Amino acid sequence: MVRIINTLDTPQEVDRESAVPVNKAENRSLYASREAIHPKEAHGFYRRLKWTLLIVLLGIYYVAPWLRWTRPGDAPDQAILIDMANRRFYFFFIEIWPQEFYYIAGLLIMAGVGLFLVTSLFGRAWCGYACPQTVWTDLYIWVESKIEGDRNARIKLDAAPWSVSKLSKRALKMFVWLLIAIATGGFWVFYFADAPSLFHDLVTGQAPSVAYFTIAVLTATTFTFAGFMREQVCTYMCPWPRIQGAMLDEESLIVTYNAWRGEPRHAGRKKAEAQGLKAGDCVDCNACVAVCPMGIDIRDGNQLECINCALCIDACDAVMDKTGKPRGLINYTTSDLYAANVAGKNEHWSWRHLIRPRTIIYFTAWAGVGLAMLFTLVHRTQLDVNVVPDRNPLYVTLSDGAIRNGYTVKILNKRQEPRTFRLSVDGLPGATMEMVGDTGAKGTSFEIPVDPDKLKAVKIYVSTDDPAIITKERSNFEFKVEELYRKDGAAPESKTYDALFHGPNGKE
Amino acid sequence: MATNIEKDDVSGTATTGHTWDGIKELNTPLPKWWLYTFYACVIWAIGYTILYPAWPLPGGASRGVLGWTSRGQLEQQMAAAAASQKETVDKIAAMSLPDILKDPKLLAYAQAGGSAAFKVNCVQCHGAGAAGGKGYPNLNDDDWLWGGTPEAIYVTLQHGIRYSDDPNTRDSQMPSFGIDGILTPEQIDQVANYVMTLSGETADAGKADAGKQIFAENCAACHGEDGKGNREFGAPNLSDKLWLYGGGIDNVKAQIHKPSMGVMPAWTKRLDDAAIKELAIYVHSLGGGEAPVTQ
Repeated sequence: MVRIINTLDTPQEVDRESAVPVNKAENRSLYASREAIHPKEAHGFYRRLKWTLLIVLLGIYYVAPWLRWTRPGDAPDQAILIDMANRRFYFFFIEIWPQEFYYIAGLLIMAGVGLFLVTSLFGRAWCGYACPQTVWTDLYIWVESKIEGDRNARIKLDAAPWSVSKLSKRALKMFVWLLIAIATGGFWVFYFADAPSLFHDLVTGQAPSVAYFTIAVLTATTFTFAGFMREQVCTYMCPWPRIQGAMLDEESLIVTYNAWRGEPRHAGRKKAEAQGLKAGDCVDCNACVAVCPMGIDIRDGNQLECINCALCIDACDAVMDKTGKPRGLINYTTSDLYAANVAGKNEHWSWRHLIRPRTIIYFTAWAGVGLAMLFTLVHRTQLDVNVVPDRNPLYVTLSDGAIRNGYTVKILNKRQEPRTFRLSVDGLPGATMEMVGDTGAKGTSFEIPVDPDKLKAVKIYVSTDDPAIITKERSNFEFKVEELYRKDGAAPESKTYDALFHGPNGKE
Repeated sequence: MATNIEKDDVSGTATTGHTWDGIKELNTPLPKWWLYTFYACVIWAIGYTILYPAWPLPGGASRGVLGWTSRGQLEQQMAAAAASQKETVDKIAAMSLPDILKDPKLLAYAQAGGSAAFKVNCVQCHGAGAAGGKGYPNLNDDDWLWGGTPEAIYVTLQHGIRYSDDPNTRDSQMPSFGIDGILTPEQIDQVANYVMTLSGETADAGKADAGKQIFAENCAACHGEDGKGNREFGAPNLSDKLWLYGGGIDNVKAQIHKPSMGVMPAWTKRLDDAAIKELAIYVHSLGGGEAPVTQ
């Protein structure tokens, strides 16, 4: 990280915060009630970064379901839609059928490996910046500070007896929180149905009860998690901090108090220096503790509770500016660099630390899954065929001695237009087909119309009296599905499906 | 009870006053959230036992003021299901079988409904895959004793086969040529050899020649001159490759000596007309169905 040297000649006075890190390991008792944390608002680069991310992420969440995307035919015109009733997932130009669920699995694998990658590079960046718990808690604390004031005012209000003023402030805060919570749950359901019409139904009370139920559950969890439980969710409920041990290494970026520079700390550094004592850069002002939303003291070292939100960096940098010392007493650094500096070497972080075997492997795995998915997505056909053979009975002997097998052939037309396919059997000598529900005519191929964006299942009986086939227990052949023509002039699609033909094999 | 409450020095928590071997028990209160949840559950439980059947009493549990029963709920659900299907079922009951076959929606419904009814009523003899077994016809093939049109299957289902409780049942009787002494064992051997030749199987040519005359005199009345059977009497086709009681000359001889004849119950009194129609359509669609008579 870049160190900015403050050019102020006369260091200013630093106010000392009376903040206590209530979640510090020594201060915490498992038998005691939780002590409320009132984080002071930080100002600086990381706070601005967090506000920006908060606006971007919440913006995506609230805006995404309202984006429209015109699709042909009867397909919904919502850009992002998880259509449970019709079992389709729409994402702009991509439409995914349940048969293609491996794309979702691939996305989840990418999300998992991506989390490993980001963690090994930047530590708990997810926790500090992007986790919904962090984002919504930040938003709730912002509302709290706008209504009740910053840290000290809130502590005072907490301790004050109930009055009209306190009651009205609390009521207003809860009301705004509740509105945010309802909006959180309310917008979640828009991903699962046509947003404008669902909004209308929700307001007029005509929406399905599952929508109201989902909103109620998410409203309750948002309200409690972001309003009251806050850091307890991260410390006690979330498994992610526990996985950190495996994900972080000596070269991951971690928010670190550089004790080699800060210690020994003195509240009155000048006085201490005048007394001939050795003094570090830390003036023990507790600014880092006051801004911490987790209620810990970063100077105790890397801790499970720390979500790496970097607000203590902002707080400390402001103090360093005042005291005329270089910024970065608390900064993003790695365990290796920290150890090197403790050992007296003056080493700095550079982007080269990002490239190491571990991150290369993670990145390769992450990019590999992504590219494989992209490749299959681009090359996927809009015709799919599945064949389910009858299992009971495996075969039927007909009166003329021929053998018949039954199959359910499923043709998936993934285009938004009606298409006609020719179904035939290939590689089975003497085979004739019969389609149930049709005219009952036998033939060697059938033309099957399939509606736009639909699956059509047809029951097909395949018979043969070829002596070579009917004496065998199993014969391989294939079903062939060919598109007759394409309106847009593109090459017609075709698919084959390997199937088995069962015979009596001399048994009766 | 201890009147003055002692506090533990280390934790500052009140003790219960109980001491065992010098160890005192702390009176740690239950967490508030737990206690309130517990009280809420108690209130819920009281309301629940009033509204729903709960208290065991002589002669059965208390009824509950809502009058709810699991049987009643099932009845409601069954009625709701029946009501939702009523329109389709009424259509099936009113329409002729060929018309149902022409309507893809009704056909799909009838096949599904027939499949469900088949699994309850028919699998005991005909098997889950309707493949039958020795003495129980395979309904998947194209060999029909009493006819394979939807109408013929429908009649068979309605009235059964050799079912004494139904006056309109399909009935026929094959004489026991052996045990009743109509044919001598030698004649049975000869006619059996002739029957084997009808379906192109190997047989003793001399015996078969002699058997031809015996067949014409004793068997052709029902099975036909050429042995192709007669569906009026449910007489099997002897010239095809399928044998209900097993192929091979020994099985044929046994059948002539003392024939086995299947019985099937009539379903008119057990199932409603729509269900029988659905079953007929399901069986017809198993692969061997013949074209309807009235197109």
